[in-house]
Amino acid sequence: MSLEQFKNRNVGVQSYKTLDVGTPPKTGMEKFTQVVKRSVKGELFVGLGVVMKRMLEALFKNDMHTVKYPFEKMPISPRYRAIHEMLRLLESGNYRCIGCGLCEKICISNCISMETRYDENQRKEVSEYTINFGRCIFCGYCAEVCPELAIVHGQRYETASEQRAGFSLFEDMLTPIDQLNLQQEFDGFGAVSPNADDNIKQTPLAY
Amino acid sequence: METTLIENLPEVGAVGVIIKAVLILAVISAIAGFGTFIERKVLAFMQRRLGPMHVGPYGLLQIAADGIKLFTKEDIIPQNANKFIFMVAPVITAATAFIALSSVPVFPDFTIPSWIPLLGDTFVPSIASDLNIGILFVLGMMAAGLYGPLLAGMSQANKWGIIGAARTAVQFLSYEVVTGLSILAPIMLVGSLSFVEFNNYQAGGISNWLIWQQPLAFVLFLIAGFAETNRTPFDLLEHEAEVVSGYATEYSGMRWGMFFIGEYANMITVSVIASVVFLGGYDVVGVYGWLFIIAKIAFFFFLMLWVRAAWPHVRPDQLMWLCWKVLMPLAVVNVLITAIVMMV
Ligand code: SF4
Ligand code: SF4
Repeated sequence: MSLEQFKNRNVGVQSYKTLDVGTPPKTGMEKFTQVVKRSVKGELFVGLGVVMKRMLEALFKNDMHTVKYPFEKMPISPRYRAIHEMLRLLESGNYRCIGCGLCEKICISNCISMETRYDENQRKEVSEYTINFGRCIFCGYCAEVCPELAIVHGQRYETASEQRAGFSLFEDMLTPIDQLNLQQEFDGFGAVSPNADDNIKQTPLAY
Repeated sequence: METTLIENLPEVGAVGVIIKAVLILAVISAIAGFGTFIERKVLAFMQRRLGPMHVGPYGLLQIAADGIKLFTKEDIIPQNANKFIFMVAPVITAATAFIALSSVPVFPDFTIPSWIPLLGDTFVPSIASDLNIGILFVLGMMAAGLYGPLLAGMSQANKWGIIGAARTAVQFLSYEVVTGLSILAPIMLVGSLSFVEFNNYQAGGISNWLIWQQPLAFVLFLIAGFAETNRTPFDLLEHEAEVVSGYATEYSGMRWGMFFIGEYANMITVSVIASVVFLGGYDVVGVYGWLFIIAKIAFFFFLMLWVRAAWPHVRPDQLMWLCWKVLMPLAVVNVLITAIVMMV
């Protein structure tokens, strides 16, 4: 659809198709015939049939929509900007973060704080790194600016915590060294979810 | 077989009736509680949900949890309410619902075995009081039950309550007419108001059921029954989306629970009447008759839940229009035709 068509808001000149819903009844007799027609046509029973079918499907084919939330979770989109994760280099297991400080600078709510120092090889490394998730607005700037793909957004969206201290140390966000093989790259903000194909549905217009 | 059984009834003593009354109270209250569980489950499945799942296996103990909650809640009486009427209204609903149940046949009759001390050999009838005007009494009691919502709504000094009470008057009063007229035609055919007579009249197989002779009356009675039990297409009295909770807005805890139990008991009563009057009661031979009538009652109960899942509810003006301009004329015509056919 071109932009011109999209911007045209004059209803009636586009190629919309209107549904034929008939005219509402006016006189008492018309109303009565409508009621009789609808009663005899059995539309009410179609409704009953639909819910019965749903129930049988739910019972025997296990076609439920319920997600037992704390026990089960829906997959979330890779674009989702949840609690940050600090990644490691896959080869050596070292931190990816080079302590450049860009994320600290760009953070618009000023919630990243870090200290750096030179290690024994005269390379910079972070000694302290915290994100105050009580203030973070999950804008994603830190992940976008990071030159090393070190800080990314993860999938943990349950941000409630009993104490502010839980918000949040470098070690909490860092990939544990024994789970390095499970570390997942952040697909980025434009990525589609892995099950995107399954989510495409035909719009149900045909009642 | 059933006929002879009913004619040879042993003497019904006062003790038997009392036992029966206690039985009805206990079992119907329990069924009403269980009914809420079934309702939630059925509705959930029809909407592809799971329903209550966490208390007990498949959420079965949810009833107990709800019961504890209802019993232990604070009993709040609003400041400007008319205290006495406010307190007595739920009792009216629950009491009339159970009184109505006293003269419909629920559960088989049995004799307490003689080895049990004190109560041995007591005969417990299937109907607590087998009135010869059973149907009239039940309908009258259900009609008296409308005082519950009516007084509750008027007494609580709440505008939603007032609207609920007004709707009560409008809905129950008009549908009372349809119930009476629709059941009049079967009464004319049978020539009695006793449930036992109805049962005997339809004895001898499915082809003798009154539903085949009076299909229109059956449909009318069902519609009116839905309206009288305040079930979904006609649940105007307490429709949350419109009037918060109607007549029950200010009620909480056990007082609200009594309305609730009353409503479920009424559902059971209507199911029983429909099964006995139109679907042949407990006619199928011997022992299985009682199973069969329970299946019928369960079906009507399920139908109410089913309809609730499927259909939207109507506006008050549509309700009135349907009652006075469609159902009542149909009922009158039905009575007329029945009368003419009987005379010819
Ligand atoms: S997501 Fe935004 S607010 Fe949160 S730490 Fe990163 S830059 Fe700061
Ligand atoms: S921008 Fe990336 S590399 Fe630089 S300090 Fe932040 S996390 Fe470390």
